[in-house]
Amino acid sequence: MNMAEFFLNDLTQTVLVFLALGGLFGLLLGYASIRFKVEGDPIVEQINALLPQTQCGQCSHPGCRPYAEAIAQGEAINKCPPGGEDTIHRLADLLGVDPQPLDGEHGIEKPKTVAFIREAECIGCTKCIQACPVDAILGAAKLMHTVIAQECTGCDLCVEPCPVDCIDMIEVTTNIKTWGWEAPQNDGIIATDRMSGKAA
Amino acid sequence: MHTSSPHLSAANPVQHLMRQVLLALIPGLIALIHFFGPGVMANLFAACGFAVLCEALVLKLRGYNLHFFLSDYSALVTGALLAVSIPPYSPWWMIFIGVFFSIVVAKHLFGGLGQNPFNPAMVGYVVLLISFPVYMTHWTAPSELASTPSLLNSLASLWSHDNYDGTTMATPLDLMKQNEGQMLTFLYANNPQFGSYAGLGWEWVNLGFLAGGLWMLQQKLFTWHGPVGMLATLGILSALFYDGGSSASGGSPLFHWLSGATMLGAFFIITDPASGATSNLGRLIFGAMVGALVYCIRVWGNYPDAVAFAVLLLNFCAPFIDYYTIPKPYGTEDSKS
Amino acid sequence: MNSAEYTFHGGIRPVEHKEDSNTTPIEMAPIPPMLVLPLQQHIGSAAQACVNTGEYVYKGQLIAQAADANGANVHASSSGHVVAIEPRLIAHPSGMQDTCVVIETDGLDAAIDASGYPNWQNLDRTELCNIVRWSGIVGLGGAGFPTDRKLNAKNIKTLVINGTECEPYITADDLCMRERAEAIIRGCEILKHIVGADSVIVGIEDNKPEAIESMGKAMPSSPDWKLVTFPTKYPSGGEKQLIEILTGRQVPRGGLPADIGIVCQNVGTALAVKEAIEDGKPLISRITTFTGQALSRRGNLEVRLGTPVSYLLDYMGYTEQKVPRLIMGGPMMGFILPDAGVPIVKTTNCILAPDSAELPLPKPAQPCIRCGFCAEACPATLLPQQLFWHSKSGNSDQLEKHALSDCIECGVCSYVCPSSIPLVQYFRAAKHEIRTHRAQQLQAEKALERFEARQQRLEREALEREATRAARKAAAKAKAEESSRFADEADPVQAAIERAKAKKARLIQQNQPGAQQNAETALQNLKAKLASQQSSLQQAEVDGKGDKIITALHASVSRLEQQIAESNTEASSQDAEK
Repeated sequence: MNMAEFFLNDLTQTVLVFLALGGLFGLLLGYASIRFKVEGDPIVEQINALLPQTQCGQCSHPGCRPYAEAIAQGEAINKCPPGGEDTIHRLADLLGVDPQPLDGEHGIEKPKTVAFIREAECIGCTKCIQACPVDAILGAAKLMHTVIAQECTGCDLCVEPCPVDCIDMIEVTTNIKTWGWEAPQNDGIIATDRMSGKAA
Repeated sequence: MHTSSPHLSAANPVQHLMRQVLLALIPGLIALIHFFGPGVMANLFAACGFAVLCEALVLKLRGYNLHFFLSDYSALVTGALLAVSIPPYSPWWMIFIGVFFSIVVAKHLFGGLGQNPFNPAMVGYVVLLISFPVYMTHWTAPSELASTPSLLNSLASLWSHDNYDGTTMATPLDLMKQNEGQMLTFLYANNPQFGSYAGLGWEWVNLGFLAGGLWMLQQKLFTWHGPVGMLATLGILSALFYDGGSSASGGSPLFHWLSGATMLGAFFIITDPASGATSNLGRLIFGAMVGALVYCIRVWGNYPDAVAFAVLLLNFCAPFIDYYTIPKPYGTEDSKS
Repeated sequence: MNSAEYTFHGGIRPVEHKEDSNTTPIEMAPIPPMLVLPLQQHIGSAAQACVNTGEYVYKGQLIAQAADANGANVHASSSGHVVAIEPRLIAHPSGMQDTCVVIETDGLDAAIDASGYPNWQNLDRTELCNIVRWSGIVGLGGAGFPTDRKLNAKNIKTLVINGTECEPYITADDLCMRERAEAIIRGCEILKHIVGADSVIVGIEDNKPEAIESMGKAMPSSPDWKLVTFPTKYPSGGEKQLIEILTGRQVPRGGLPADIGIVCQNVGTALAVKEAIEDGKPLISRITTFTGQALSRRGNLEVRLGTPVSYLLDYMGYTEQKVPRLIMGGPMMGFILPDAGVPIVKTTNCILAPDSAELPLPKPAQPCIRCGFCAEACPATLLPQQLFWHSKSGNSDQLEKHALSDCIECGVCSYVCPSSIPLVQYFRAAKHEIRTHRAQQLQAEKALERFEARQQRLEREALEREATRAARKAAAKAKAEESSRFADEADPVQAAIERAKAKKARLIQQNQPGAQQNAETALQNLKAKLASQQSSLQQAEVDGKGDKIITALHASVSRLEQQIAESNTEASSQDAEK
């Protein structure tokens, strides 16, 4: 067939239309990929912001930022005991994955603790000072060491290096300043709860 | 027992609210029975019975306390609303399917009481309408125009239609929809179903539901925003497009208000709190859009009556409406007492 | 007397039960054998005890000093001995303990000498605020915010006096207004003077006709003073709602009434201010309503702060119930007392002792049907059903969007809920959860800062170590080179002398002025030392010290002279070399 017939052919026209559309959208996408490009990887920062920053290493990473980077690469989100269920849920929300229960291999969720050095037994070896990831222990060689309780994150890293085992982890209990109401637990929906009188 | 304040409550419990809804249905029910025979009672028995059964079954499966949850009357209300919406003398299996979809699918699969995003009775109705269009579009003739069976025969017709040899007739809305070229006055004159304004029997049924609805408003079961929104918009739109009764007109405002399921929809369906909008402004918008959609579908759509579809479409929109109609809290610049 | 023109959104009208306790005049409660005074009786921070165990205190004596601006002083409510300063169970929903000063009263009720300031008009604002502060006055109508801080607000145009008492059962303010209207108005005058307001509006609900009459009579008939009544509705007595009723204006979100030029004070607080300033009486007692069907006598008592509730319940004829529920405060915002032995504090306006018929136990909650009754009733125009939805799922972003922080926890939403859902408890828990989470986040941020600072410190130390190591290495290398330079000299001694000379030369090259200076300073030191030793020698000879000492001193002097001579030759040889 001649040129005119070729171009009037339905098949040709269809192919041309699709080529044109494809080209147009390709251009648009290319432009968008340049115009709206996001520098760096903000997701790691966002993940790190959700982690408790105890730098304890219980997740088998040397600190919270390395674990955040690993999560961005696809690692499981349930390895942080100090963060607990709360952190797992927030990470799940952020990343759009399913929340999983805390991986028992890495530890269990414990109430917050703070380190305390029994000063009578301290020998001033500075091993705990070197171990503390947030420099919350005050002291120097052959001088008394003490924990700055406000800055202690309860990561436990100082307990092992101490050669005389003089560090206790003391639980932080609620006092009258930190007390608050708890949400009503049972709404009487489950039969056994209602009948035992535990309904809110 | 360590509970937080307040330690007083004088609220009517949920069962009381539901009972009031059932009571409000009575005037409309009486009109239905008078004009279309006792078939609606058979529907009611079957639908309510099946509703309670389905609800009990699902509650048991979910491990909930049966007595506590069945006693909130919500299954009965859903069953009753469905019974009133579908044609009288429907077979039992149709009623069962409708109730099943209402209670189990539309209500419990989404979380139970208070968590249904769609109106359960309307979901059941639409499922039936789409699955069994023949049954669902054959309404009985009004009692003035044809004989209606006795109560016993109505109950028996749940099982088979052999016992019932009444006639079915097109409803006024059907006729309006199918009207090809007749002027309305002619249409009215040639079809006795039209009655005086909006349909023989249908006028009174709608007035009955209106009465029930006004009583519920007085009892403060819901606020005026939803019903007023719907009825006002429906009235305004039909008035706008009513040209005095030519063949192309969609019907007068009075026709639309008193025909079909308008009043039932305005006072019993769109006021379902779980599937509607949250704030009063949201409810007004919700009602208005339902009214607009009802008019559009009735006049330009494919179905003669449109309340169910309009409500379901707006149920989709309710979260969107909520998002934009959060009332301004005390102390915000624009909020005033 | 005017009627209010405005009202607030929502509200409820519960049965009032005021007649149970407002038919008898205020009675003076007896002084208990033991007074337990918590160091913190209000919203703010705890005071610090300034008395010791065993000390005798007089009525009205300061026993605890406020530690900061948020604190309030505590005074002894009666005379007696301080037997302990220790944690005791206090009136708090948690059932926890807090430090209290325990006084064993001696029955004498001996008061400390105190005089008021009848000419308070001559005192300026700061002085008056100080007296209010010293007297330990906090808001007696509810939360107990330190009054002097409120009175320090600037640019106040209107003083609102809250005589509403909107909660059911409570009649303390009602009786106070009936019997002590003149004193209250006097207090209002003092408050007006302190804040410099142009006008005073006294707001009273219309269910207190006697109080309205007596307050109306006691008020000065000036256009600046207005008595406004309004229909009874709960919670009209909330500060924000009252301001809206009386002025039609709303306090801006996140702000204070002072932002719109208004200060609101309770009638009880006004009375306390009057007594503090005119009579010199600190806050040691308050009027408390005792009501509820479990009491055989019901009415209002003027109680000394620190009186155990159980003592007063006995006084009013309490019958213990099967499921005992004692409420401190009203039925809408009060809390259940953990134990009847807790003491009355500054913020205790009512003790409610209901029987089971009067205040039935809460019903089990049903699912929320989203009826919206709660939103219609909410005085803060919130959407409680949405707040409930988001509290359950812990969605703090949505909670903030729906303004959870604006909730005044009045309880109206729970009251109207057909499903009996304890909404306010959910909101309180959600607020606590948000606060705790924020505190944890702050802690995490601080920890991250410290961690990063530590990383930097370690890096810096590593770099420094590297630098010193490099320097040492270079020095060792240089030294090795030098020694290799002089190694093939025949005479090792000469080689050593050459090495020493080279080192000195290098030092002089490195810091020329320094080396020279060092040499000069050393010489000077030696000369100084020589001078002092010579004078000691002379002194010893004069004093006639022993031979040994004199010989030693002689030796020391000759050694120093030799050293000086050596340095001089070195210096001259250096100069010769240059």
